[in-house]
Amino acid sequence: MTRKTMTLALITTALVATGAQAQDVTLTIESWRNDDLTLWQNEIIPAFEAEHPGISINFTPSAPAEYNAVLNSKLEAGSAGDLITCRPFDASLALYEAGHLTDLSDLDAMDNFSNVARSAWQTDDGSVTFCVPMASVIHGFIYNAEAFDELGLEEPETEEEFFAVLDAIREDGTYIPLAMGTNDQWEAATMGYNNIGPTYWRGEEGRQALIAGEQSLTDDPWVEPYRVLARWGEYMGNGYEAQTYPDSQNIFTLGRAAIYPAGSWEIAGFNAQAIFEMGAFKPPVRTAGDTCYISDHTDIGIGMNAGTEHPEEARIFLNWVASPEFAEIFGNALPGFFPLSNAPVTLEDPLAQEFVGWRDECESTIRSTYQILSRGTPNLENETWGASVAAIKGTATPEEIGQRLQDGLASWYAPQQ
Amino acid sequence: MKHARIRWHIVVFLAPAVLVYTAVMIFPLFNTLRLALYTRIEQERVFVGLENFRTLFFDPIWAEQFWNALGNNFWFFLIHMLVQNPIGVALAAILSHPRLRFAALYRSAIFIPTILSFVVVGFAWKLILSPIWGIAPSMMEAVGLGALFRPWLGLEGSALTTLALVSVWQFVGIPMMLIYAALLTIPEEILEAGEVDGVTGMAAFWKIKLPLILPSIGIISILTFVGNFNAFDLIYAAQGALAGPDFSTDILGTFMYRTFFGFQLQLGDPHMGSAIAGAMFAIILVGVCIYLFGIQTRLRRYQL
Amino acid sequence: MNQARSNPLNIALMHGALVLYTLIALFPVFVILINSFKDRRSIFREPLALPDSESFSTIGYETVMRQGDFFLYFQNSMIVTVGSLFFILLFGAMAAYALSEYRFRGNMLMGLYLALGIMIPIRIGTVAILEMMVATGLVNTLWALILVYTAQGLPLAVFILGEFMRQVSDDLKNAGRIDGLSEYTIFFRLVLPLVRPAMATVAVFNMIPIWNDLWFPLILAPAEETKTLTLGSQVFIGQFVTDWNAVLSALSMAILPVLVLYAIFSRQLIRGITSGAVK
Repeated sequence: MTRKTMTLALITTALVATGAQAQDVTLTIESWRNDDLTLWQNEIIPAFEAEHPGISINFTPSAPAEYNAVLNSKLEAGSAGDLITCRPFDASLALYEAGHLTDLSDLDAMDNFSNVARSAWQTDDGSVTFCVPMASVIHGFIYNAEAFDELGLEEPETEEEFFAVLDAIREDGTYIPLAMGTNDQWEAATMGYNNIGPTYWRGEEGRQALIAGEQSLTDDPWVEPYRVLARWGEYMGNGYEAQTYPDSQNIFTLGRAAIYPAGSWEIAGFNAQAIFEMGAFKPPVRTAGDTCYISDHTDIGIGMNAGTEHPEEARIFLNWVASPEFAEIFGNALPGFFPLSNAPVTLEDPLAQEFVGWRDECESTIRSTYQILSRGTPNLENETWGASVAAIKGTATPEEIGQRLQDGLASWYAPQQ
Repeated sequence: MKHARIRWHIVVFLAPAVLVYTAVMIFPLFNTLRLALYTRIEQERVFVGLENFRTLFFDPIWAEQFWNALGNNFWFFLIHMLVQNPIGVALAAILSHPRLRFAALYRSAIFIPTILSFVVVGFAWKLILSPIWGIAPSMMEAVGLGALFRPWLGLEGSALTTLALVSVWQFVGIPMMLIYAALLTIPEEILEAGEVDGVTGMAAFWKIKLPLILPSIGIISILTFVGNFNAFDLIYAAQGALAGPDFSTDILGTFMYRTFFGFQLQLGDPHMGSAIAGAMFAIILVGVCIYLFGIQTRLRRYQL
Repeated sequence: MNQARSNPLNIALMHGALVLYTLIALFPVFVILINSFKDRRSIFREPLALPDSESFSTIGYETVMRQGDFFLYFQNSMIVTVGSLFFILLFGAMAAYALSEYRFRGNMLMGLYLALGIMIPIRIGTVAILEMMVATGLVNTLWALILVYTAQGLPLAVFILGEFMRQVSDDLKNAGRIDGLSEYTIFFRLVLPLVRPAMATVAVFNMIPIWNDLWFPLILAPAEETKTLTLGSQVFIGQFVTDWNAVLSALSMAILPVLVLYAIFSRQLIRGITSGAVK
């Protein structure tokens, strides 16, 4: 038995070793988008390989929660893939500064992107761009259109209408008003706080002021969203404290909840699983006629491992990723991930169109915690998760939450001291 | 010991284990632990001595997390000692009863949770305890306790205890098997001698069997201690790296992982991570030493 | 004479306790298995109901089978687990014997050195281990995993086997020496058979974490050809996180082979334990 096993193991070793010496160049992509594996395998990679014989692509995602740890370990040891999917802002900046990502400023197709799109993957002075922007995601609310019809509800425009709709759904009792839980924490911050928040801190204006130290997290624009979140708890399902992210998705797609605080990335999955018509509305404004703000967050880019053995081929691939052709394929293969390229892209999915249409009506901003403010310890983004959960559960008052976050930020961020 | 010659068989016996262990485990570990004495400033690795430990124990932000994780870890361990090991011993005692039928069947079934992966265990219990799926709520309803149901995994006060009990559920087979094996090695003559003296039933267990299996209980306790203070997977699988709600399930393993490898936007800090690992190492070392020198040497060992 | 030990009421109570605990132990596995054979709506509507003609569905299994080569994953897991166990038991028993049988300078120190590894999670050394595997070209081979698991399992094996070897009677070994047996023969022929229950214990202890480990396969051998079953099913869970048919099926497929293995192996295990007891 054991001898047989040893032989088997040796053969496997030999097989693996020879497998690596194929004729063509194979580029390996590191990614956290394991949800998209099939789309890469069936649509994106074949499209590239058909045009570029001699280069094959291997998409090897790991689970989102493990991506940072796995990627960093592999980079340190030199076994990471040729192409690296970039998280926005500081996480990737750190990789660039540590010499793991290559300067891509001179990539021909980089001109296809606006400065805003590029800013998520640039050094602070904007002189170096180290990842090709791929897509952004937009926040809003997805709702069960059949439930809305049944109860005679309209898409809410203002905060007041929003809570009126929630009240009506709760009163009727057929549906859980809001499909969200706090067990995994991040939804409360991402689909809660950063979804509705930009309306209160006036998007980029407030975000920049916070970075410059002109506003603080104890100021009203930053505390008010917590006051609003504190009212959400009563509309969430029974036992929402232990409700996980997949639970929320399932509750909504099974038709048991009416409104899902969303990110546009849900669209593809919901299209496949929901058994009813869906609609979407943007984060409500305070009073009718106010400018609306949306979080249009630069979320995903792709860069080149500085240690790659095939820089030429990797650049060919990156140029292709920056091309309008890729934007078209990607945007339609993954409705809800909106290409950042300047080239106009026709999206076919109605929900995706709805989301992307808000770009024309509203001011866009990115998530407040992502740029610069999460560089130190305690990490503002992670703190915001816990803070948003505390607001919803009511375990701390919005004022206390603001103070705690401010103290944490001020402990390491000079402009806030 | 008469001749001062090298006894080669000792070398042969020790060499393979020592070589593999040194090369693949000790060397990488100390290479990493060494990092605890450095920090990174402007991409340069700078030696800072014990500065990282000072930060860990005394900087308000770090210390709060560290003591929280340590306290949680002790609670986690306590529950295992108070629940897992007594249940394990009790099951083993029942199973070793000579006239019990189907013992093999029970034994195999009770051991099954132990062979499952954390991914499976975490998922299964989250399902059962989920307020949405309704397995636990509806079962409690059926026995008239519906009002007592709470979303335990989501509440600060109960999440850690719930996860500790899930872990107990998973691992109770190990003390059971070890004690069972130890009970079987007790010769029948000793028990029969006891019976002649009128020591039977429960009394036989407390007066004869328990003293004989004390060394095994000692091993189990120290294994539980080491296992609990290295625990990570179950919490991570069930609650994620932030060990929610509000860090109430954070133990040293998850704290170390989050710090060492980073999480979401938080960048990994191998130096502070190694400092936490160093602290874990010290705690476990102290525990093992207490066992080795304080307890093990006092346990009477019977060559059976 | 055995009245107290065979009192029917006692026996009934014992069975009661064991049945209750067995149910608690098996319930979650049962829930996962039955639900993996139901369609999505029934999973949520009646999670405790058995699949019937209306709710029966294998859609989850179809999704899973379409996506990955579970037979290969299973084979990889087997090779890694069996290979690691072999080396842990062989090297561990040898070292434990050296430490428990012979007095020599540094014995105590060596014992402590080998026990150190119990106290630190090997995961901390990941980066250094990965660097070493890259340098030796072992990355994405099953050998990388076997080496790591062997190193990881040795401290506990030495610790437990040492405890048991101290209980082996000296008379037996000395009799062997008088008969002119070499130290190697005494170890392999006389001592090893006597510590079989302990070896079985060590095997079970190590088998489970090795089989279930996610971390090192993910870092050291994530290639398709070397994926283990646990890694394979985890990828699915991540990928189909909301597709519970697929998740439950992937979980069941991760559980079933272990259950089968265990059903086969548990008899060996029990026999090992009892034969040691009877000796």
